[in-house]
Amino acid sequence: MKTEIKKLALLGSVFAGVYFLPVGVPRFDGAVFEALELTKWYAREHVILCLLPAFWIAGAIAAFLSKAAVMKYLGPDAPKVASYGVASVSGTILAVCSCTVLPLFSGIYRMGAGLGPATAFLYSGPAINALAIILTAKILGWEIGLARAVGAVTFALVVGALMAWIFRNDHAEKNRNAVVLPAEDNARPLWQTATFFAVLAGILVFANWGGDKDSGFFAAVHAVKWPITAGLALILAVLLHIWYRLPAWRIAAVAAATTALALVFPDHPQAAVLVATLGLAWLTAGRDDAAGQWFAESWSNAKQIMPLLLGGVFVAGFMLGRPGHEGIIPSAWIESLVGGNSPGANFFAAFSGAFMYFATLTEVPIIQGLLGSGMGKGPALALLLAGPALSLPSMLVISSIIGPRKTAVYVTLVVILATLTGWLFGLTPG
Amino acid sequence: MNFPQQQHIMKNLQILGTGCAKCNQLAAAAKQAADESGIEYQLEKIADFMRFADFGVMITPALVVDGKVKVTGKVPSVEELKKLIS
Repeated sequence: MKTEIKKLALLGSVFAGVYFLPVGVPRFDGAVFEALELTKWYAREHVILCLLPAFWIAGAIAAFLSKAAVMKYLGPDAPKVASYGVASVSGTILAVCSCTVLPLFSGIYRMGAGLGPATAFLYSGPAINALAIILTAKILGWEIGLARAVGAVTFALVVGALMAWIFRNDHAEKNRNAVVLPAEDNARPLWQTATFFAVLAGILVFANWGGDKDSGFFAAVHAVKWPITAGLALILAVLLHIWYRLPAWRIAAVAAATTALALVFPDHPQAAVLVATLGLAWLTAGRDDAAGQWFAESWSNAKQIMPLLLGGVFVAGFMLGRPGHEGIIPSAWIESLVGGNSPGANFFAAFSGAFMYFATLTEVPIIQGLLGSGMGKGPALALLLAGPALSLPSMLVISSIIGPRKTAVYVTLVVILATLTGWLFGLTPG
Repeated sequence: MNFPQQQHIMKNLQILGTGCAKCNQLAAAAKQAADESGIEYQLEKIADFMRFADFGVMITPALVVDGKVKVTGKVPSVEELKKLIS
């Protein structure tokens, strides 16, 4: 009986929703149009050239970089200075999935290097992951991307050190259990790993080379970006054969297909890049070795993030519209709240960002929409610095680990620092 | 008459993880490895990360066999897991 009533309520509300659907109201129709246009723009401009290579890079980070080497510096006996430094950048390596940040934070706090480094890690973890930085730089411009990366690391150091100093007399009961570090199973020499990542990063950067197309350095590089990208891809193919033992005939087949597409459709480089990416998947999938792990990590990234991101883009388009167009929320509202670069606008952005929950990477389209609706670049950075690091749900969990007092201080520090940094960034010209 | 003891010992497998994709992968792989090697076992998933510290585990997912941490921070293949749990 109860379930029948539930069904009736559900049916009724769906019917009411459709009955009163504001189709034909210009603002609603416009918002739906904007949502579709924005999603299409992302799919066309960002997925093949930027997001797919970025998934492979994030996958390579998870599969090839040694977590044990990093964790050594976050353990109980690590030198303090080193553990702050490592904690503030290690999010790139350790926090590939956002669900690992909080357990690690709890681990570093309770059995590892202590409150300061734990807080530094907690802050930098979500902000500095490779996918987030790449997507921010690609869509919001490299200045904000760079400011976000540098800001996040600096911030992590400052917030961590301040937390440790404020609570210096407060020695939480430490867990005396021996820490079990992951086994060291990465036998590849450092220079090989470094070269491999440099090639991957190079492919991503040159394939997405933008900027001024008419004159100067950017234009000079723009003219040769595809030859450079192809050269790097060739190096990658050789490395995959000699270091990762992928069969030569398969690599040759992928290279041939990619080259053929590049020659037949010189104006549509996306075709060649897409085939090369699929080819890489064909080369690496299902293997038992490091290369197979690389594929598994990249694919699990893609599976997890693509639906969230496209969903987030659609919602952002509906709410805020493309830059220069309006969504369901009038631009005048946005401009009055976070336009310009007043301290108030920066504070509002930092404060609301701290409590809001952003699903992985969706902060990027949302901020793009806000910027297009008149948000200043200072408040945009403030939101980026405070947003992904904190949310109401994560505050509750943090509070269960370190207590409400420390949590309140942490949130306050993040909001104040994000406000300040955003305001300073907003003062810079350009 | 004495039966060989080992045959009746129940292995205790614990998966530590907050419920993310990797943790579920590890749980599934461990179950498959245990089933295929035909041991008697019980499998427990621990999602409360305040308890991770009791094992000294910082990076999830982790596999604990009879109280000993065998895997942390990755999902090994089923073949590798068989060696670890036997």
